[in-house]
Amino acid sequence: MEFRPIISAMRRNKVGAILIAVQMAITLAILCNALFLIEQRVAWSQRPTGTDEANVVVIENQWVGNPPDLGARMQGDLAALRSLPGVQDATSSNTYPLSGGGSTTGLSLQPDQKNATALGSIYFGDEHAIGAFGLKLIAGRNFNSDEVVDKVGYTDLKPPAAIIVTRALAEKLFPNGNAVGQSIYEESLKGQIPIVGVVDRMQVPWVGAGGWGSKFAESSLIVPFHFLSSYPTYYIVHSQPGQAATVMQAAQKKLFDISRARVIEKALTLTTARTEAYKDDKGLVVILAVVCASLLAVTSFGIVGLTSYWVAQRRRQIGIRRALGATRNAIIQYFQTENLLIAGAGALIGIALALSLNIWMVNIFAMQRLNTVYALIGAIVVLVLGQAAVLWPALRAASIPPALATRAA
Amino acid sequence: MFNYYFGLAIRSLKRNIVLTVLMIAAVGVGIGASMTTLTVFRAMDNDPIPQKSRQLFAVQIDNWGPDTKSIVAGDKERFQEQLSYIDAVALMNAKAAHRQTAMYKTGAALTPVNPQLLPFQVQIRATYTDFFSMFQTPFLLGGPWSADDDKNHADVAVITDKLNDKVFGGGNSIGKTINLDNHEFRIVGILSRWEPTPQFYDLNNNAYGEGASVYLPFTRAIDGQMPSWGNNNCNGDIGQPGWEGRLRSECVWMQFWAELPTAADVENYRTFLNNYATEQQHLGRFHWPAHTRIRDVREWLVYQHAVSDEVRILVLVSFSFLLVCLLNAMGLMLAKIMGRAGDIGVRRALGASRRAIFGQCLIEAGVVGLAGGLLGLALTALGLMGLRSLLSEEVGRLTHFSPADITIAIVLAVVATTLAGLYPTWRAAQVQPAWQLKAQ
Repeated sequence: MEFRPIISAMRRNKVGAILIAVQMAITLAILCNALFLIEQRVAWSQRPTGTDEANVVVIENQWVGNPPDLGARMQGDLAALRSLPGVQDATSSNTYPLSGGGSTTGLSLQPDQKNATALGSIYFGDEHAIGAFGLKLIAGRNFNSDEVVDKVGYTDLKPPAAIIVTRALAEKLFPNGNAVGQSIYEESLKGQIPIVGVVDRMQVPWVGAGGWGSKFAESSLIVPFHFLSSYPTYYIVHSQPGQAATVMQAAQKKLFDISRARVIEKALTLTTARTEAYKDDKGLVVILAVVCASLLAVTSFGIVGLTSYWVAQRRRQIGIRRALGATRNAIIQYFQTENLLIAGAGALIGIALALSLNIWMVNIFAMQRLNTVYALIGAIVVLVLGQAAVLWPALRAASIPPALATRAA
Repeated sequence: MFNYYFGLAIRSLKRNIVLTVLMIAAVGVGIGASMTTLTVFRAMDNDPIPQKSRQLFAVQIDNWGPDTKSIVAGDKERFQEQLSYIDAVALMNAKAAHRQTAMYKTGAALTPVNPQLLPFQVQIRATYTDFFSMFQTPFLLGGPWSADDDKNHADVAVITDKLNDKVFGGGNSIGKTINLDNHEFRIVGILSRWEPTPQFYDLNNNAYGEGASVYLPFTRAIDGQMPSWGNNNCNGDIGQPGWEGRLRSECVWMQFWAELPTAADVENYRTFLNNYATEQQHLGRFHWPAHTRIRDVREWLVYQHAVSDEVRILVLVSFSFLLVCLLNAMGLMLAKIMGRAGDIGVRRALGASRRAIFGQCLIEAGVVGLAGGLLGLALTALGLMGLRSLLSEEVGRLTHFSPADITIAIVLAVVATTLAGLYPTWRAAQVQPAWQLKAQ
């Protein structure tokens, strides 16, 4: 295939060729950054919480007033919940994974250390917490029931008798892997706190990509407290597999039977919590996918339109070429090569544009560095798209009869 | 002349219907995508109180120092967005601004009078009477509580009409009481719908969500030991346990706003704050030079990143998409005009000036833009509907089209398409009459 005639023909249609190349470049730049973002958000929203999500029911409970016997009431509720049919275990906590709200603290190896060694999100729970959330204890032991005490609001500053940390937090605090049996210090509380157990994973409650908690997403600790306060607290009820819906109904009914002086603002499974928590991320993914698809459609229609026009403009010349012995294939190849040259130029500019757009976005937004593979994938997509779009006009060109050359225009 | 060109444009567009449809579709899709995201962006970037946004100031006082081991540290320029109780109360007592209010978010269980109804959760804003005049909250009935109520820690409340409907079935409920966590509060005012978007006075949680349905005197809420339901940030040592300890601690959990009508007021308030912080340094509470800041509503929204990164990215992506669509339309216009070189040649030969050809083709581009804009509007409506179903309720609230958005869409479409049409049009005007006639 000779490039020379193609290039010299393109010179006469400079602007058209440039328009297509620029369109392809921008398409490529957006496409690969969007694909990259889509892939990241999908991966982000699929991270496991470490809990038995489908079978964990969360019931938000708020007492009316501030009854003085909160501790006894909570114990009563928990005993009733644990005895419900279909319930494996139950605990109460200040929050739950995927909730979007909670409490963070700094943990240090030395008392009065200036900068905390690690940040961790706090889950309150008793000796039933591991069972209720469906966590996996991988080292050490669970809380003993005598370690569990009442904590009266966030302004109660008694230190916990023991804590259980996640594997990620354990590794951050003690990279040598001997966290169990060690003691740490909490930034606002006095005294040593021994680590008695390690669970495989328990995600922090915050879910925003790049938001609070995203830098220590797997660093959580469980403190052996019953949280007594006027804040809403959460009963975490672990149902037998497949019985979450039944348990959710029965548990609410049971709680209201015990006392109506409470507000149950919501009850949901962690599966539902996941859907809600990542709704905007999923939305972003869908929007970006729709924009990408529209972008590809518009660009390819543009190529079809402009190439068709070029074909129409060159009908006579094509006829002459055919009359001079050029095969149909040669005509098709001509337009395909022409498009390949334009798209190739567009792809080169596009890769440069994609990378600089990404660098800019890294600086402005909490976006990560683009993997070059995405730019290459984008380039291939754009080249294939060009070839596909040019096919129909090229076929039309190839069907121009050689006899056309003999007729007057 | 315009009417004639307009007629010509319509006729010319009809002649090559496929290219015309492609052009209009390209412009329409581009406008649809960009207007969809721009609507959300504009809602987020909205000035929630345009008449006063330059007179209302959020106050920051650095009570942790530059050397903080705080969990919000990291960026030197950023410091606590909220105040401690100590500072909030000191500023309230100083009354150095025209109006001022400290506030925080809390909540309670409301027990309806009707025993058939279950208690339910309400979001509460604990604040001072100035809140209502500063933020110009619209009252349906009654009004704010008095300054004396603030002083007397009175059991009074302002509620929203939505809550009034829910608890009392609407009507004039001034003087009736609501029961919050077993305490009775007398209703003095009922607000009609007031949803500043974003909820600039407290952006910490749910900046686009629903605000409080009950407003109580700050002093009363503190008496009632109603804890903050918003962000509580403590720096290391929390101090003494218990509610009193929290009030004396350096934990930050209050928002503070000052109304400063004139530039002189602003300057004076800056000096006042600086003096206050310096005094705290002399008293030994702060171990660093005064570090305070006031920001008006617009500056505050920027500082607090009221517009999410996701929406910025979407705006960027959709406007790049619009650019591609316009380049596309430009290519098609070029093809279309060059295909008509013969006609143009004849018109030129018959005496049409270059300017006439230029004007005629530009009007044709404008017509394409207008049609694209109308299509774009329809697609925007569709896009916003899609967003509402895709996104959470909080963001979904930002997907409502305003008349301004409609104007923007049409103007954007016509102007952008006409700009894109400039080059093809210029090319058309360059057509040599003789050349075209000869070639035929």
